Amino acid sequence: MSVKLTTRQVGDVTVIDANGRITLGEGSATFRDKIKELAGSGAKKVLVNMAEITYIDSSGIGELVSGFTTVTGAGGSLKLLNLGKRVQDLLQITKLYTVFETFDDEAAAIRSFS
Amino acid sequence: MPETGSGDRLHTDLVLDSNLASVDRGESLAMEAAQLLGFDADTQQDIGIAIRESLVNAVAHGNRYHARKKVRLRIWTSRAALTVEIEDEGRGFEPDAVPDPLEGGNVMKHSGRGLLMIRAYMDDFDYQRAGDSGTRVRLIKRVPQPADG
Repeated sequence: MSVKLTTRQVGDVTVIDANGRITLGEGSATFRDKIKELAGSGAKKVLVNMAEITYIDSSGIGELVSGFTTVTGAGGSLKLLNLGKRVQDLLQITKLYTVFETFDDEAAAIRSFS
Repeated sequence: MPETGSGDRLHTDLVLDSNLASVDRGESLAMEAAQLLGFDADTQQDIGIAIRESLVNAVAHGNRYHARKKVRLRIWTSRAALTVEIEDEGRGFEPDAVPDPLEGGNVMKHSGRGLLMIRAYMDDFDYQRAGDSGTRVRLIKRVPQPADG
């Protein structure tokens, strides 16, 4: 199974509920396309809910970084919600915990964009 | 034959096409071997990711998805360790020449983290040129022994 992405609006924050695997190929391309689509439509506040992400490889990590760069480059911000232990470990290993703002609570994450 | 201890058994010896389906297959076989050796679920996934990253290096960066170039995957199991060798037919690469993904601006690069993840998840990683061209990498994950606590 690749990744399934569902978007919803909470106020002016676009939440992406991600489910499945973000790996090289279909998963990373799907994520990249979604970020491009949101950036193209002017979304400035993007929250990626990783609760149902079961697996991510270096390509998937690269897409998170590119997504962050794309959204912040357009004057917005991209934050992460509900990281599993494995994704947290990967952010530590890659030093990306210093880059991404992460949350365990959706309401707090939404408030942080204000 | 790996030098990881006595009783090494060849679990897998396959010649794979240079595509992402091969990456998925190799990852599954490595995780299956890890399960047979009694690694816990987390470690099985660590091993799976490391093998995936190595196979991606071989298929995508080594063989560049070339239809005629193959990847050889061998997996040995023993009471001491899981050993995986992956050999491509690419132009060869020098892992030590890959920019450090933890250094300065490299942290924000799109790619370049595969080797870091392999080294983080496996106990040993080494590489050598294979024949006239190509690269052979060897990854080892040792089985925890009772004395390890």
